[in-house]
Amino acid sequence: MAAPAASPKVELRNVNLRYFGIEGETEALKDVSISIAPGEFVAIIGQSGCGKSTLLSLISGILLPTGGAVLVDGKPVTGPNRKVGYMLQQDYLFEWRTILENAVLGAEIQGADMAKASARATALLTRYGLGQFLHHLPRQLSGGMRQRVALARTLCTEPDIVLLDEPFAALDSQTRLALSDEVAVILRRERKTAILVTHDIGEAVSMAERVIVLSRRPGRVKSDHAIRFAAAARPTPLAARNAPEFNDYFNTLWQELEVHVEG
Amino acid sequence: MSKVDTLTLAGASPQYLAWLARERRGQRVVRGTQLAILLVFLVLWEVLPKALIVNPVLTSYPSALWPTFLELLKSTPQQASILVHTWATVLATVLGFTGAMVLGTAVAAALWWWNALYKVLDPYLVVANAMPKTAFVPIFYIWLGATLSIYGMSLAISVFITILMIYSGFQGIDPNKIKLAQTFGATKGQILRKVVLPGSVPTLLAALKVNAGLSLVGVVVGEFQSANLGLGYLIQYGAQIFKMNIVMTGITILAIVSSLMYLAISWLETAVMRRR
Repeated sequence: MAAPAASPKVELRNVNLRYFGIEGETEALKDVSISIAPGEFVAIIGQSGCGKSTLLSLISGILLPTGGAVLVDGKPVTGPNRKVGYMLQQDYLFEWRTILENAVLGAEIQGADMAKASARATALLTRYGLGQFLHHLPRQLSGGMRQRVALARTLCTEPDIVLLDEPFAALDSQTRLALSDEVAVILRRERKTAILVTHDIGEAVSMAERVIVLSRRPGRVKSDHAIRFAAAARPTPLAARNAPEFNDYFNTLWQELEVHVEG
Repeated sequence: MSKVDTLTLAGASPQYLAWLARERRGQRVVRGTQLAILLVFLVLWEVLPKALIVNPVLTSYPSALWPTFLELLKSTPQQASILVHTWATVLATVLGFTGAMVLGTAVAAALWWWNALYKVLDPYLVVANAMPKTAFVPIFYIWLGATLSIYGMSLAISVFITILMIYSGFQGIDPNKIKLAQTFGATKGQILRKVVLPGSVPTLLAALKVNAGLSLVGVVVGEFQSANLGLGYLIQYGAQIFKMNIVMTGITILAIVSSLMYLAISWLETAVMRRR
């Protein structure tokens, strides 16, 4: 079990969330308490419908809990927060904007200095190998390139915390591995606090230093695993997949999830 | 690695050139057939009345149109040149569909903004759209007078379908795009301006196509009733004094006007959609 640091970057205290509908209410999350330290890379895994994405919506402030509290930097979340960047399951680039115009969307909405935002977005896109596509349209790019634009769009507003909601799910498996590697390296280098939601155990173990397993609906924290590798420096996700510890963690987590399939 | 490469013409293979030639031949065949249909129609229209297979008094002939047009250029009923009549009709149509676009977009935006408003108004809009607006032509004449009633009919006939089309376009915007804007803290106004409106440009163009045609219908029907100017008036007048030459000339000009409107909208569509 990983011990939370003294002053957590993100904290969920006994969070409950119910969705209301005419035909009844659904309990998506029940009594969830999680504490995430600054700079930590945490993966949250669970089966579909366990409330993983809901958790990210709560941290990002686009959804408010029906019970308990969500805190970022010790302050309760009451709405969208500039410190939090959110990468969705697909790139959702706007097809009527160029790559650069897409990348500065967040800055534009937040009323930031557009000259600075443009320069930052250009630098990010160039670093991700998209320098020559700044004025192309999204439809001219491949899936992997589009998702890199989405990453630049997220990081352009300089968030401290990056939420990743299965951001590679829509990609083919090679691109997925390559891009998850890139993204993990980028987020570590920039010392972002990252929360990755996925149902891919391999992705969770290879990218994160801590994996939290959610139970089936209503989602509860089932278990919390620190992922440690013997190597001196944290291996990149691709290298981590070859480390001896990888399979042990994978099997442990696999069994955790399998329990839910049976019961 | 990128899709961009596939958009550029690489060194063309003979197979590709042959395929291209076949494609172009196919296009020429389509154009040729379209032209042939028009020609056959005009020839039949000319020959059948001349051969007295159909009564020429009822149909006039294409060859009579041009002389009639020249005559009408000088003077028509109400003493105005036919160009003045055409201009009156075109102006009323443009005002009608422009008004319908502006009003339709504004109302659709209001319905999107206040979902409760949509819920309340939905049945009324659907019924208003299904109503035959031409039934109001006499009432509009009484209420609004000769000129305004035509603008009114032009607007009334196209505005409801425009509201419904644009609103459904707004509803069709991917909710995840809206969610994305929300994660950056976008206000409702920003979501409307930066996501919903630009994302609905194809819908706006589709609505324009529909309501430009409808506005023309509204204008002509309005002119039947109330005007002393406009192509609808001219057609009505020609029919009353049984001068088919005048009627057919008016109808032909209407056909040319709608073709030109169609071309203008297609051009606009190409210009706008090139960026997508």
